[in-house]
Amino acid sequence: MFRRIEPSAPEGGPALTFEGREIVFYPGDSLAAALLAAGIGALRQSPVDASPRAPYCMMGVCFECLVEIDGRQNQQACLTPAHDGMVVRRQIGARQLP
Amino acid sequence: MTGSGYDLVVVGGGLIGAAIAWGASRAGASVALLDEGDVAHRASRGNFGLIWLQGKGVGKPAYMHWSLRAGRLWKNLAEELGAATGLDIGWRPAGGLHFCFSEAELEKRRDILARTHADGGEISMQFLDRTALRDLVPGIGPDVAGASFSPEDSHVSPLYLLRALQRALQDGGGSYRPGTTVTDIRPEASGFAVATPAGPVRGRRIVLAAGLGSARLAPQLGLSMPVEPERGQIVVTERVRPCFPYAANCLRQTAEGSFLFGSSHEEVGFDEGTQVATAADLCATALRVLPGLDSAGVVRFWGSLRVMTPDGLPIYEESSRYPGAFAATCHSGVTLASVHAFDIGPAVAAGTLPAAVASFGSGRFDVQAD
Repeated sequence: MFRRIEPSAPEGGPALTFEGREIVFYPGDSLAAALLAAGIGALRQSPVDASPRAPYCMMGVCFECLVEIDGRQNQQACLTPAHDGMVVRRQIGARQLP
Repeated sequence: MTGSGYDLVVVGGGLIGAAIAWGASRAGASVALLDEGDVAHRASRGNFGLIWLQGKGVGKPAYMHWSLRAGRLWKNLAEELGAATGLDIGWRPAGGLHFCFSEAELEKRRDILARTHADGGEISMQFLDRTALRDLVPGIGPDVAGASFSPEDSHVSPLYLLRALQRALQDGGGSYRPGTTVTDIRPEASGFAVATPAGPVRGRRIVLAAGLGSARLAPQLGLSMPVEPERGQIVVTERVRPCFPYAANCLRQTAEGSFLFGSSHEEVGFDEGTQVATAADLCATALRVLPGLDSAGVVRFWGSLRVMTPDGLPIYEESSRYPGAFAATCHSGVTLASVHAFDIGPAVAAGTLPAAVASFGSGRFDVQAD
């Protein structure tokens, strides 16, 4: 769906996991950009109707890109820089408070 | 609409104007609702969304009884709006909690209930000590001493309520006109002419429900609306799974899952801005009540202006100089939406005001000569 202008992020560089799959990225990528570049569309499931949702505004406004990062729910992937070793999962439904 | 214009023109498309307009339209009147736009100070778009009866109008029996009536008619309002529009306005009749942090605060609540009963207000209200409250709300913090609880309090999405009122008006044949700034109102031989950018709108009768804008327009109709702004700030969190169904004095969870923390009372003129220190105070109070909210992210906070009369009570009046010209304002446009729709709307369409609001004229602010 999306294609990087620069060459694909090299194997062996920094990487994170999304739902267990390894995603390599360029330093400076936002998490949402890294996931989109890796061909991942749906990042979360709507709490209203359980439909799949993808990043939309990419600037912190629409909250469509919510994911769970290292166990923390409802994180905005578009506002979070990708980090080596991040463990990312889909946000399924509304966040549950502890 | 007849040749001479509408039966009723309502100036102000907020909760008060929309409720009155829909109520008049339901009663068979042809109605035009004139709504200014985003340049207006829109209290209806900034408020907290409580239908709050406990402690309302203590020492002011007419206001108390008016509010209690409004609360009891809310079920009808929610049902009728739902049936008319198909919209879910997020009304949650789960009861309301006023949290107390000390025995002294609980004592104050008991005093308020005693005074409510002394004035003939038969509100259902009970007192919960810490143990009883924990059965209801397991997550309360260690500072909470207890709460007063009234099953008659509830909460609603004020935005969906406003949308539903405007929708129901239009579906019933009424005219809703956004972007309509009213510059001038002129009494004529058989009604009123309202000057708007799109030309004059004529009506046999008129209601001024323009919130803070009413102060300027009222004198043209021989009415007085001495209203002043009072700012309230509200904090909203990210959406989380529903865990708190109640209305409360300092927080509520919306139907969509966001928590609202509110609200402040500030005299800052027409400044709708926000202050981080105020937002921090609102968060701190909410966290004293429900410490588990500390991991909920704040999404944004905003300021909005309440429409305050000198004594905090509503104003409903008809112009003695120009009969058929009415004015209405209050700072409880959500709680009172039901009586505005079911009582005030049909009454003004018929050219009168209900007896229950006879004491709410602005004449009460006049200096009395001995």
